[in-house]
Amino acid sequence: MRHFSYTRAETVSEAVAALASDPQAQILAGGTNLVDLMKYDVAKPGSIIDINKLPLKQIDELPNGGLRIGALVSNTTVAYDPRVQERYPLLSSAILAGASPQLRNAATTGGNLLQRTRCYYFYDPSTPCNKREPGSGCSAIGGINRIHAILGASEDCIATHPSDMCVALAALSAVVEVEGPQGKRDIPFADFHRLPGDRPESDNTLAQGEMVVAVRLEGNHFAGHHTYLKLRDRLSYAFALVSVAAAMEVSDGKIVELRVALGGVAHKPWRDMLAETEFAGQPAEEVTFRHIAQRLLAGAKGQGQNDFKIPLAEKVIVRALKQAASGRPQVQSVKAIQ
Amino acid sequence: MFNSSKVVGLPLSRIDGPLKVTGTAGYAAEYSAPDMLHGYVVCSTVATGTITKIDTSAAEAFPGVVKIYTYENRPKAAWRDSKWKDEVALPGHPLRPLNNDRILFDGQPVALVVADSFEAARDAAALVQVTYEAGEPHTDLAREQGDSYVPPVPRMQAFMPPKPRGDSEAAFAQAPHQISAEYTIEGEHHNPMELFATTAIRHEDGSYLIHDKSQGSQNSHDYICNIFSLDPETVVVRNSYVGGAFGSGLRPKHQLFFAVMASLDLKRSVRVEMSRQEMFYLTWRPTSIQTVSLAADDKGHLQSVMHHALHATSRYEDYQENVANWSGLAYKCDNVTISYEIAKLDVPTPGDMRAPGAATGITALETAMDELAYEVGIDPLELRVINFIHRDQNTDKDLTSKALHACYREGAERFGWSERSHEPRSMREGNELIGWGVATGIWEAQMSPAEAKVRLSSDGKLTVSAAASDIGTGTYTILGQLAAEAFDLSLSDVTVKIGDSSLPKTTVEGGSWTAASSGTAVQVAAKMVIATLLKAAQKIDNSPLAKATEEQVEVAEGRLVLETNHQVGIALSDIMAAAGLDEIEEHAKIEPDKSIQKKYSAYTHSAVFVEVRVDEELGQVRVTRVVDAVAAGRILNPKTARSQILGGVVMGIGMALHEEGMVDHRTGRIMNHNLAEYHVPAHADIEEIDVIFVEEDDDKASPIGVKGLGEIGIVGVAAAVSNAIFHATGSRIRSFPITIDKVLGATALESETLQ
Repeated sequence: MRHFSYTRAETVSEAVAALASDPQAQILAGGTNLVDLMKYDVAKPGSIIDINKLPLKQIDELPNGGLRIGALVSNTTVAYDPRVQERYPLLSSAILAGASPQLRNAATTGGNLLQRTRCYYFYDPSTPCNKREPGSGCSAIGGINRIHAILGASEDCIATHPSDMCVALAALSAVVEVEGPQGKRDIPFADFHRLPGDRPESDNTLAQGEMVVAVRLEGNHFAGHHTYLKLRDRLSYAFALVSVAAAMEVSDGKIVELRVALGGVAHKPWRDMLAETEFAGQPAEEVTFRHIAQRLLAGAKGQGQNDFKIPLAEKVIVRALKQAASGRPQVQSVKAIQ
Repeated sequence: MFNSSKVVGLPLSRIDGPLKVTGTAGYAAEYSAPDMLHGYVVCSTVATGTITKIDTSAAEAFPGVVKIYTYENRPKAAWRDSKWKDEVALPGHPLRPLNNDRILFDGQPVALVVADSFEAARDAAALVQVTYEAGEPHTDLAREQGDSYVPPVPRMQAFMPPKPRGDSEAAFAQAPHQISAEYTIEGEHHNPMELFATTAIRHEDGSYLIHDKSQGSQNSHDYICNIFSLDPETVVVRNSYVGGAFGSGLRPKHQLFFAVMASLDLKRSVRVEMSRQEMFYLTWRPTSIQTVSLAADDKGHLQSVMHHALHATSRYEDYQENVANWSGLAYKCDNVTISYEIAKLDVPTPGDMRAPGAATGITALETAMDELAYEVGIDPLELRVINFIHRDQNTDKDLTSKALHACYREGAERFGWSERSHEPRSMREGNELIGWGVATGIWEAQMSPAEAKVRLSSDGKLTVSAAASDIGTGTYTILGQLAAEAFDLSLSDVTVKIGDSSLPKTTVEGGSWTAASSGTAVQVAAKMVIATLLKAAQKIDNSPLAKATEEQVEVAEGRLVLETNHQVGIALSDIMAAAGLDEIEEHAKIEPDKSIQKKYSAYTHSAVFVEVRVDEELGQVRVTRVVDAVAAGRILNPKTARSQILGGVVMGIGMALHEEGMVDHRTGRIMNHNLAEYHVPAHADIEEIDVIFVEEDDDKASPIGVKGLGEIGIVGVAAAVSNAIFHATGSRIRSFPITIDKVLGATALESETLQ
């Protein structure tokens, strides 16, 4: 860990000003990822802006029946908030599928969006990694890559985004509220994270000096038909090999509206909105689900060790859609998959 | 044969438990000294090659840095290899940290940064610039198989394969049922919770008190005294509490060398603590590739056993363990060929990890036995019962005891094995196929030389002391129980002092031999104290015990009494007062009985029953039930004993499904070197584990009837899990750990075959 300066921001504008004035500055919220990365000498911020005093710890009602979750609300608080459980059980379930109670207690909503990949090479400064050191190369290509991307990867990076919560937020078309030197703006969730392309060092579309202040959820009709299904290398406390956040409205056995987001397969939660609209009106049955899965995975490409994730993803999507359609979501404390 | 006791055999809580749960038990890195310095190790980032340059200038300029050691300025240490050989050293050349510019494995220590705080040392360590001329790494055992060899210098004769018996090739060819398969097990890393650490406290007179994470304080003591030519009398090493080790602490680790080296050089106290990442660059269970061929007649009687084992070792030492010999003694068979080879890789020297060799070899043998059962068409448990033998055919010796039938019977009954349907894929619930698997476990019941002192004070309390180690196993407690038993006291009347090199000599804590060895020493020392009491009692005028012999007396309710009549006796306090003694202390030295060892082999046994549930479509495996029935002689403390087996079973589940050091063979670097990505079972992976200790009387394995429990819990578990997965899915997976991708691959093949 390198030496750094530390400031505690009292207001959002103070934090934004500090962040904007120093390209080496980073925001500290729960610290569950950043502090590890600093210890590993992967993150080397020149200054730390502690935002834990900021008034971003509320979950507020929105007039349209939605919720606005402050950036500093802990993952645990979100998961167990009765309004979230009632209106967005998919989000609650996804959060509980990740990490451990201790980590969820400390981790924040904004921080969850901004956590870095779990690529082995990104965490090991002795190896080349374009995400850590742009231009140094990607060691995961041709290396240990069983947890890596099968969709949207580039020649420069095959890392995945590790979040469970974000997969649900993507499916729910959340909106990320950010504040920067130019003021406030909204970023649709699908546009918040980015694919690696030739700039894998950038995980998201935040501009210099911008910070996440809240995540907004609109009202929806998915509470009856949803699931979060996660496959991993042990039954808890492991990142997803493949995860699926599925939600749908069903009427007369037909899909009215469909949402499917995939985790563990790409540099961002993977969603194909065009495909989703095309399957509206189709019968909510296995054949359809298989077509949806195949459509979502059309461009999938393995890297060798992770080839198995392509057929696995297809099966997980189908199973998740079955769970959602039948109104029997995966219960995260039950390890048998329904 | 053993008296009923108020303490031995009871499920007592460990006496060090309250200290541990309140944080008052001190571990090696928790000791401090005034002006203590901190060392942080810089590790190589290439697996083979030479160091061409080390630039320490930026690190030296870092605030707080005191000195940086590299091979270019390392203080002098012993020159001869023999001085570097610890009690558990291997054939070859022990690693000498910072000895020269050569790199033999990824993660090899290349510099030590010493600073006035841990943080400064760690931060400065990141600034040390090492340039290498890297060679091409060879770390893939599968690719290096062609260069395997029989170890020219055996580590132990017993690890070398027995001579072939019968004609296994011919018998195999002639038998109606044959199976032959290759089994691979990926390298595993011990990863106890406590990181390796040494705090070397230097006193003004130059003497040392060293707190070292180790499985043998005297091994660490002798190692550094030899290397640095220290007067053994001026150095005490302690390992009072050890936060797990699993074999990783048998040999001294480089942090001990570094802490003492820097302390001697700088004349300050020094602590060196490893990072979790460094824990992956140490001792490990080597990657193995094994071939097992079995043949049987139509009734399942084994006709031929052939087992070839290969595992990795380092460039500088020939690590060896007993992988395959178990196949020559587990079951009755007259045609047996066992072979064993190792192959050099650019890796750190492997080392003993819980049930070294057996955990590996029996995983292969017991999976092969299951394959044979299905080839013959009989119940897998029945196959094992049919081939039972109460003899060690490898050495042609009788066994001290083998209550394995009872393990099979009681385990099967508890598990409900009789309800099992033989056909694979025949049990299902919801989306999951259910499978039941069984395996036999074996481990040696060993004794090592040991010493112990027992002291009786005038207040009637006891103190037990020995240089034994408690690596979380319960040694403190069982030694206290044995002493208490001899004096008819409760456990709270006994103080146990262990984990200190100045105490009576004890072999390193390993091989499951500590309870049998140190336990016997304590019992003998206690008897010596009683003999001394008797002599003193007989000097008292009109002593009621005047004619009694040592065999005729015992201690009951604070009195030395006749065994046959407790009314006849004298209070211990009266004996000691009459003799003018404040205390009586005796020092026992015991050795295993060679006359017994000549005639008998001694083993612990187990039968492991496992239920898995496999979501075939998604490849998810859950181990939902385990019953482990163990025959390990006398159980001193069912509570600590059960914990030993539970831990072993959990580790076995890890071997079956999770544990794997992932090496990038392009660089020879292990990539999942942290506990987020190196998976061991999480709570969710562990459901019901039922431990049974079957009755087993054995007065030959050790004088106190104990066989040892540290290893047997892991043996057979991985095989039982893989056998259960086969029973569930019909797919045989011979590569461990059995991860989702392997289940999906195998079941995809299976469903193709079915179509």
